[in-house]
Amino acid sequence: MSIIQVKNLKKSFGDLEVLKDINVVIEEQEVLCVIGPSGSGKSTFLRCLNRLEDITDGQVIVDGNDITSKKTNINKVRENVGMVFQQFNLFPHKSVLENVLLAPMKVSKKNKEEAKAKALALLDKVGLKEKAESYPGELSGGQKQRVAIARALAMDPKIMLFDEPTSALDPEMVGDVLEVMKQLALEGMTMVVVTHEMGFAREVGDRVIFMDGGYIVEENEPNALFGNPQEERTQAFLSKVL
Amino acid sequence: MERFQEVFTNAFPYLMDGLQMTIYIFLIAIVLGFIIGLIVALLRLSPIKILNWIAIWFINAIRGTPFIVQLFFIYFGLNSLAWISFDNVTAGIVTVAINAGAYFAEIIRAGIQSIDKGQTEAARSLGLTSSQTMRHVILPQAFRRMLPTFTNQSIISLKDTSLLSIIGVADLVQRGQVQTAATYAAFEIWFIVGVIYFILIYLLTLLSDFLERRFVLR
Repeated sequence: MSIIQVKNLKKSFGDLEVLKDINVVIEEQEVLCVIGPSGSGKSTFLRCLNRLEDITDGQVIVDGNDITSKKTNINKVRENVGMVFQQFNLFPHKSVLENVLLAPMKVSKKNKEEAKAKALALLDKVGLKEKAESYPGELSGGQKQRVAIARALAMDPKIMLFDEPTSALDPEMVGDVLEVMKQLALEGMTMVVVTHEMGFAREVGDRVIFMDGGYIVEENEPNALFGNPQEERTQAFLSKVL
Repeated sequence: MERFQEVFTNAFPYLMDGLQMTIYIFLIAIVLGFIIGLIVALLRLSPIKILNWIAIWFINAIRGTPFIVQLFFIYFGLNSLAWISFDNVTAGIVTVAINAGAYFAEIIRAGIQSIDKGQTEAARSLGLTSSQTMRHVILPQAFRRMLPTFTNQSIISLKDTSLLSIIGVADLVQRGQVQTAATYAAFEIWFIVGVIYFILIYLLTLLSDFLERRFVLR
């Protein structure tokens, strides 16, 4: 069974309908990239996948759990769905290590030694083991984002959601973060990536969705979508960003 | 100068007893007040309408009436009811705590609301419950931010304790009154009482500055 199933998803903010009728299925180990102009609803779509946004209508099934149902324990589902934000959202009052340790210790109730060994291994993986005792305020944007990735991975998620992870970074920092994400993809992580990095979508994505005006306008494997877009709106968008 | 020294030596031990009472009342009231403030702030932010309403009107009622009226209402008013009875020190502590609690509630609410909502989203996305998020992520940051305002309110509450002398609590001011009546040295006594309050509040300010430096937001 597909790990994420989205059926007739609709999302409104007051009178403003941001997502109009989204249908998509994501397979395990797939890397799905979501592109589109700002205001197209791509971030809102992503945030509906772990219910950071209340879902107005339709159904979203994540790892077998219908998260649109009130009976579903959303906290349990979120343990398996990591999320990385554009603005990093590290906890500024906690050290890098404490940021990574918080959820494993408070949510999974792991013992400190075990959790710490794992956290340090993850920090090593994103190239920041020596920053374990630093505070977020002492890190560059690229380093912060890599810590945020390690923090999300500490819960051993089955799915990782990325919300424009490189959009707030200085250009020279982007590469390090994309490299970590690429590594994750190679290891078989299921990933949904909202991004403006067309190069990344093309190289790492298994499938690309182009969104505009609250709809999925076109979806295809990257080479086809970037090389031979079928829809006029896709062509117009790509001609501006490529 | 000789007279001042004489008044000082005679009155000082009594004034120190009063100071002890002032500090005792202040410490208990401020801790209780903080707990009240935290609870009221959380009610104020709760999505449940009725809890919200209770918190808002509690705050309005306290802010909208003079401290002395609250004190008289609790000490004379409540005490006049048949089923309840307490002494003046208890009444004083309760009044200062409730009064400070209402102001703390607004300080804590503002502190919580000043924390970026991305912090909540990050914590919730990791699977933390809303109360875990509050405890481990929001409140520690909010408390640091509200420390200066918190100190301010604590100083006001400390000064408010001086009004408890009106219901006969043997605090620093009440001791001052007794000593003045006994010695007629009003100038000297009230000068000394003023200096004692000043030192106490100054120490409080130093403590707050120290805490602020210690817990600086990185």
